[in-house]
Amino acid sequence: MADQIIPYPGTFDASGRSNESTLLETLHSWVITVDHKKLGILYVIYSLFFLLIAGCEAICIRIQLVVPNNHFLEPAVFNRFFTMHGTTMVFLVGMPILFGFGNYLVPLMIGARDMAFPRLNAFSFWLTAFGGLLLYFSFVGGFGLYGMGSAPDVGWFAYAPLTARAFSPGHSTDYWALALIVSGFGTLGTAINIVATVISMRCKGMTLLRMPLFPWLMFVVSSLTLITITPLTAAQFMLLIDRYLGGHFFDTQAGGSATVWMHFFWIFGHPEVYVLVMPAFAIANEIIPVFSRKAIFGYAAMVAASVCIAFVSVSVWAHHMFTVGMTSASNAFFTLSTMLVGIPTGIKIFNWVATMWGGKIRFATPMLFCTAFLFQFLIAGLTGIMLSVSPLDWQLHNSYFVIAHFHYVLVGAIVTCIFAAIYYWYPKVTGRMLSEVLGKWHFWLFFIGFHICFDTMHILGFLGMPRSIYTYQADRGWTLINQIVSVGAFIQGIAVLIFVYNLVFSYFRGLPAGNDPWDAWTLEWSVPSPPPEYNFAMEPEVRSRRPLWDLKHPEDPDWRYER
Amino acid sequence: MSASSVVPIPQQAWQLPPRGTVGMVCLIIGESAIFTIFVVAYVFYIGKSLAGPTPGEVLQVPWFTTICLLSSSFTIVRAEHAVANGLIKRFFTWLAVTVALGGVFLAGTANEWHKLIYRDGLTIHTNLFGTTFYSLVGLHATHVVIGLAMLLLVLFFTVFGKFDAEHAERFKVLALYWHFVDAVWVVVFTVVYILGR
Repeated sequence: MADQIIPYPGTFDASGRSNESTLLETLHSWVITVDHKKLGILYVIYSLFFLLIAGCEAICIRIQLVVPNNHFLEPAVFNRFFTMHGTTMVFLVGMPILFGFGNYLVPLMIGARDMAFPRLNAFSFWLTAFGGLLLYFSFVGGFGLYGMGSAPDVGWFAYAPLTARAFSPGHSTDYWALALIVSGFGTLGTAINIVATVISMRCKGMTLLRMPLFPWLMFVVSSLTLITITPLTAAQFMLLIDRYLGGHFFDTQAGGSATVWMHFFWIFGHPEVYVLVMPAFAIANEIIPVFSRKAIFGYAAMVAASVCIAFVSVSVWAHHMFTVGMTSASNAFFTLSTMLVGIPTGIKIFNWVATMWGGKIRFATPMLFCTAFLFQFLIAGLTGIMLSVSPLDWQLHNSYFVIAHFHYVLVGAIVTCIFAAIYYWYPKVTGRMLSEVLGKWHFWLFFIGFHICFDTMHILGFLGMPRSIYTYQADRGWTLINQIVSVGAFIQGIAVLIFVYNLVFSYFRGLPAGNDPWDAWTLEWSVPSPPPEYNFAMEPEVRSRRPLWDLKHPEDPDWRYER
Repeated sequence: MSASSVVPIPQQAWQLPPRGTVGMVCLIIGESAIFTIFVVAYVFYIGKSLAGPTPGEVLQVPWFTTICLLSSSFTIVRAEHAVANGLIKRFFTWLAVTVALGGVFLAGTANEWHKLIYRDGLTIHTNLFGTTFYSLVGLHATHVVIGLAMLLLVLFFTVFGKFDAEHAERFKVLALYWHFVDAVWVVVFTVVYILGR
């Protein structure tokens, strides 16, 4: 291998942080940047900021519910808080952070120097950022002429006719719709960009089946996003036509239908769950093999399962609507199609376990989070299968069981994997390791808090506590469990604060990371940390799925077996 | 490992699809989803209006403007070929014809809306038909306007001699969008003027 073109990893980053520019110049360079790495960092910081805000909202909700007949939040404020919590977490935290990882990592992993459309990339980020600003500006600007309400308070799914002008005066719902339209266009732009990057920018030799699983899944997710976020945009336009131009799409008094909104919303809303969770799979796909010291088990099956999930996910939306009263044929169809999702997902879980099986597992913080993810995601999937059975759903729908189920997915799987990803790639982005001690504290506190909070929350659902209620009577028997749930929420809050402290502390005091602290196998670890603006001094050429393995083990390269 | 055991990698050219085309195809997929939602809403609400006017009473099939818009797909293909071969004069002519045909279509829509609003009293507020009709046809017309604006920009550049064969690839991407606008009209036309009337 004399014609070696990928620099040998493990060498120390000599460039260091030499920045003599003023604060203003630095800020300016971040605002005008079209570099995919900077934009990726902006996305992640933006999302972490909103994670803290929406986390505070969640804590307020939990304080309100800690005792019966509490007056910590007024009923109207409570409605605003759970609406904003949900909307923020899905649109301003989940989507941007995952696209941020995609932005940062996809070009590095496929050996490209930037995304396919760098300026579209910057445009998309600033659209998303503006959407978030617009949503939160509603706290000041939502009052409208009549001083009605401030922030949106219609729930994150905003069912009609609650959103009609008669029932939602003022501008709060308009801010909600406009903010999601704007950030939706940003998301669409990024999705287009990632698909085009994966298809058109791969380095020499990287055929689709040699591509690491992270870009593969981001490709699947982005393709799914193209047809997921756009129905929501269409439905939001209809809502605005109803509200501003006197249209009748969801106006039952003029022959319109409120159920149509539900369908349109969930045609977006359910695939959206997979849009959020598949990047988490992508993260686990990278971390589990590296920390098990084994190549991923069943690469082709993983790709096939991901594509399969994307296809099935667009045909399951009405399982959110079993209680609306559909025909039994529809109920049966959506029950079965929902259960079908369990098959490709099960394949994935078995593949991850098989990857770990017999491996030399290193339980560094990223791996701890990924291991927790495996079990938590399994439980989340099982309660999902329970809820897909329509008769059981009639019993449990809109109870805290549903809340517990989807928080198990969103927190137990997605947020957990996001933490794993930050511990794993932070050294690449900043050149410094995150503190392992603080990381372990973060992990164990978060893990314990999570289970105290969301395991017990299932029981509340069985006891019949409905979602979205601002308080409850003392004789309901929900008090103790609500208190346990709130304690769990607080522990998670403390864990997140430790994490934020770790992020800041390690940026200045962390151990230098070098190019490849984890002894990993994908291309991003072949460049210095942080990577130079052009990523690769020479465009790499790959011959297998683990190009760095080939480099480190020229006597036994992967490409001999992968053909 | 002896040298003979190394299987030589065939030195084939590494060619991936052009990113502009891929990006535009993605945009078209996304836009198709938006149109699908509006078309589904239109179809679902056919005949559900509680008051008149109904489509049968007020809509006339716009055969002429439809033919204009659909034939603009052929003229833009001619323009694509011309610019790819560096025949800028011919390119200019075909592009101008395309823009004119698109303009005729828009004028037709404007005329139709004027009649509907001022003579038949149908606005977006009148009934469900009005709501769904104006939003679906209006959404399509918006896309025609965007397409025309971009074609006019190219026309403008061509007049000043800033557009030639090296931009053929980019023009292909724009033409792809224009074909999409035409194809959507086939669906909208069928749903609104044939099935829904």
